[in-house]
Amino acid sequence: MTVSPFQRILFALYIAIFFIYLLGPLAVMGASAFNTPEYPQVWPFEGFTLDWFGKLFADQDMMYGLKMSLWIGLLVVCISVPIGLAGAIVMTQITPRARSLYYLVVVSPVLTPGIIIGISTVVFWRQFTGQTGTRFLYDGVILTVFGQASFISAYCMLIILARLQRFDRAQEEAALDLGASYPQVFFHILLPFLKPALFSAAVLAFLSSFENYNTTTFSILAEKTLTTVLAGRMRQGTTPAISALAVIIVAVTVLGAIVYEILKRRADAAAVQRQRAAQAAEEEELAGMPSPAPA
Amino acid sequence: MSGIGGLTLTIGLPLVAALVLVALSAYERRAGAATGPGFFQRNGLAIGLYLVVAVGFWAFFIILLPQLAMVDMSFRPKLPPAQMGGPKDLYTLENYRYFLFGSTTSTAEWNWIHIKAFFLTIGVSVVITAFNFVICYPLAFHMAQSATLARLRMLLLLLIIPYWVNEILRAFAFRVLLSSGGIINQLLMGSGITSEPFDFLAADIGLYMGLSYAYLLMMIFPLYNAIESLDKNQIEAARDLGAPWWHIHAFIVMPHSKPGIASGCTLVFMLTAGALAAPLVLGGPRTLWFTPIVYDRFYQAFNWPQGAAYALILLVTCIVFVLVVLKAFRLSLGEITR
Repeated sequence: MTVSPFQRILFALYIAIFFIYLLGPLAVMGASAFNTPEYPQVWPFEGFTLDWFGKLFADQDMMYGLKMSLWIGLLVVCISVPIGLAGAIVMTQITPRARSLYYLVVVSPVLTPGIIIGISTVVFWRQFTGQTGTRFLYDGVILTVFGQASFISAYCMLIILARLQRFDRAQEEAALDLGASYPQVFFHILLPFLKPALFSAAVLAFLSSFENYNTTTFSILAEKTLTTVLAGRMRQGTTPAISALAVIIVAVTVLGAIVYEILKRRADAAAVQRQRAAQAAEEEELAGMPSPAPA
Repeated sequence: MSGIGGLTLTIGLPLVAALVLVALSAYERRAGAATGPGFFQRNGLAIGLYLVVAVGFWAFFIILLPQLAMVDMSFRPKLPPAQMGGPKDLYTLENYRYFLFGSTTSTAEWNWIHIKAFFLTIGVSVVITAFNFVICYPLAFHMAQSATLARLRMLLLLLIIPYWVNEILRAFAFRVLLSSGGIINQLLMGSGITSEPFDFLAADIGLYMGLSYAYLLMMIFPLYNAIESLDKNQIEAARDLGAPWWHIHAFIVMPHSKPGIASGCTLVFMLTAGALAAPLVLGGPRTLWFTPIVYDRFYQAFNWPQGAAYALILLVTCIVFVLVVLKAFRLSLGEITR
């Protein structure tokens, strides 16, 4: 296709505006974390300071919220990944007639607004624990884990299902024929095959839990997480310490993304190398054999 | 679900569902529709039990029963705990009546504040969804069809960075940007366009920008995934046959990426309509948005049944929206949640 220089410039301009819109606000907020005034601002830049980071770490509530967010994230991973795995396996085995209903039920939390999941979780567990005399279960952390697990398990299921659909059942049958027990097949064949998907699901589950606000704000009750503490701070007014927190989160994200990128490139390179080696070995083997009959 | 009836339902529903499933599979087996080993034969007892318990707990105790409890509660009157399950605990439409007409003591004919907030939320969410689609589509197309691999990785990395900054901080970034001493106002005043700082937040411009910004990536990734699976040769062929660029998009790329478009649009709509962080951080005292009203029913008015009714109104609206989108695009649910 012939692209006129005018079109090219127009498109470059569009990309530039898009990324200014996407990253500009974060950059401005990040810069305000290093400026001295009480109110987060970038211009005029009155002086470079790292005090706001110190204030952030000295903030007891914020640190407590961070600790709880990390705990809840870990618990959600521990619940959502096994549930997502079970959900995906059942999806491949359930009778065709029940499958669409089952799919509708388990995927519905993905399409339900977060606040509604939070509300319904609190309403149900308040009644259920009251009726069964298990009031100790009516706890902000437990309820938040259940609430978040509803949709995060669905994310995990979708990720695991995508890989499970490429699984060759013949492998399983071969193992069973050779005398493996069911748990052995599950632990030594199915799980290793699903490992990359399980890992992605765990990472996604943790990050989704960590950044969640809409569900958490209802289900957390008297407890606190980082996002609910942050929301509380917003009501009281704003300080550059919040910008400092954003800087840390962005820095960790960028670092994680870069490490992931490097690992992936290394894995790709190793895969290419292995393929080449296999090809060379094959050619060598072929060279030593009488030439095959033309097909 | 109060009293004994509620508990029976809580325990009974999963049991009934299990029985129906067993009966269904037995029926299919007899009818010859299903062959091969049975569920426990195929998985072994231990793994089979894990599957049943995990999925059962998820489907019933985490998804279905809470939703049912919320629906149930929305039809109940607000009572002190001692009277729950008592003679006064009867089903009522009072909470829905309140949404339409306000309290019985108010003199106004309709509950305009809540009704206006509701329709404004839905209307603005639709507009934001359309706006996000328009600004994301060209980039998604570029990434999926014409960008080189190195460039693609770079763009993906840049897109992922804001993705993991949580919603509250994303909204906070706009507050820093648009505040009266913020950089935008400094620029406007410095260039002489305005002499006074413009209050973006009171005019709700900050809220709408923040909402559009917050869910931009929920649009771009589904679009990218859908367009990426389109065979480049189809575009080439159309081009060789002399199709103008907008024909290529309207008749080849968009029909092919229909599931991605529907998926992005439903996600963005649902997240925008249900957003709580952006209205909280960027809304002024006179901002109308539906979710903070729902929140206040619970934690300001302490009227849980009413809050449940309001939440249900929002949920039903979202379900209707998803169904309309599916119908309009002639898609099934499975196609948009990939």
